[in-house]
Amino acid sequence: MSNVRLLVGTRKGAFILSSDGKREKWNVSGPHFAGWEIYHLKGSSADPNRLYASQSSGWFGQIIQRSDDGGKTWFQPGTPAGTPMTTPEGMPMGESNKFVYDTSVETGKPLLTHQWYDGTPHPWEFKRVWHLEPSLHDPDTVYAGVEDAALFRSTNGGQTWEELSGLRGHGTGSQWQPGAGGMCLHTILLDPANRDRIVIAISAAGAFRTDDGGATWKPVNRGLHSQYIPDPTAEIGHCVHHIAMNPSRPNILFMQKHWDVMRSDDAGDSWREVSGNLPSDFGFVVDVHAHEPETIYVVPIKSDSEHYPPDGKLRVYRSRSGGNEWEALTNGLPQENCYVNVLRDAMSVDSLDSCGLYFGTTGGQVYGSADAGDTWAPIVRDLPPVLSVEVQTLK
Amino acid sequence: MIVVVLPAHLRALAGVKGDVEVEVDGPVTRRSILDAVEARYPMLRGTIRDHVAGERRPLLRFFACGEDVTHDSPDAPLPQPIASGSEPFYIIGAIAGG
Repeated sequence: MSNVRLLVGTRKGAFILSSDGKREKWNVSGPHFAGWEIYHLKGSSADPNRLYASQSSGWFGQIIQRSDDGGKTWFQPGTPAGTPMTTPEGMPMGESNKFVYDTSVETGKPLLTHQWYDGTPHPWEFKRVWHLEPSLHDPDTVYAGVEDAALFRSTNGGQTWEELSGLRGHGTGSQWQPGAGGMCLHTILLDPANRDRIVIAISAAGAFRTDDGGATWKPVNRGLHSQYIPDPTAEIGHCVHHIAMNPSRPNILFMQKHWDVMRSDDAGDSWREVSGNLPSDFGFVVDVHAHEPETIYVVPIKSDSEHYPPDGKLRVYRSRSGGNEWEALTNGLPQENCYVNVLRDAMSVDSLDSCGLYFGTTGGQVYGSADAGDTWAPIVRDLPPVLSVEVQTLK
Repeated sequence: MIVVVLPAHLRALAGVKGDVEVEVDGPVTRRSILDAVEARYPMLRGTIRDHVAGERRPLLRFFACGEDVTHDSPDAPLPQPIASGSEPFYIIGAIAGG
């Protein structure tokens, strides 16, 4: 019998929700890291008991936490239990929380500024880790997408981090601008068929891809159209909110942009709009069914100034045709007076035979569906605002 | 022994229940106290002072003997009651938000 484990990051701590394969009764553990913002936590597919968490605070900065026992206990990987607490010289450790931008001459591109909202140069400043993406093959290798936008990698279980500076330095970095939520690298897709290929997305710079393991990068935004930038079809400047893929078809990507739901059949080289009959094509989340790669999900949000569902009805929209034709999924979701948001990392799918779908809201609810979205029920109703939801399917 | 009062979140992070005590060799200053705190509790490195620049995080303040020493030089000697441990050195998170 398989089990599922939901890893939920909130404004005031992390929660772990566990159930058996029926997904009817849930055990709730938490809050972990009570009082701290947990932007994201995710488990390794190579070792499901290995979890990474991004813990942060406006007062105290960034902390990286790791669990080796499925979330029962946590530690900062720079200071694991039983190892020396200081260097031989007496200097403190704690390197796991240190994210230092690479400005070395060796990279050839010591990039110091990006653009501020008003177009003036602004220094790159590390603020927090938005997304942690464990390697598909090695539990000690994990990627971190950070604000201000950059991609870091750890190959020692989160003890230390190095920037993959070819991304910021590829040529357009000095023109990147923040979105309303900050200039964050929030999406990291690792290609299961090609270890050298990674797709990432940045608000509000766009999507980028490497085909050589992170050494070199290129923008992959052709076909995106954003009316809020001077050149709507520019190479960069698009506010991509999230990208999802089905692992069986890594070349097919689905994107929820600031406005517009988009699809690429060539790993991002070109995009076309598939918003179709959605009531609004603004939103944050997008995800793909675990077994039906043409079945995709979004949660429409009214507009960029009104971050709640249209008409006060919380509806997940499902397309079984890879976009354009959408149906509203409402059974079990509030259909009146609902004004929550669903943030970009707050939806996830499990890989049980009947695909489970989960999402969390800024109102603190986590909803689950064990039948691919046909029916829904709240798993918890009163958590702090939910920032992220990841699911692990455990054999 | 110097007594340091940490904000609640940092006490949780360091795994301590109450105030912490540290030894400082040489002059007792804000910098030497924070160096000692970070040496004993390396998980706090970067949470009080920025990892890279070593600067105070903007929403933290420091108090000694009822005085706000946040904007004093980090190398300024602190009052004798701090050095002797009869008064604690306070690290306080600024009130912000709800």
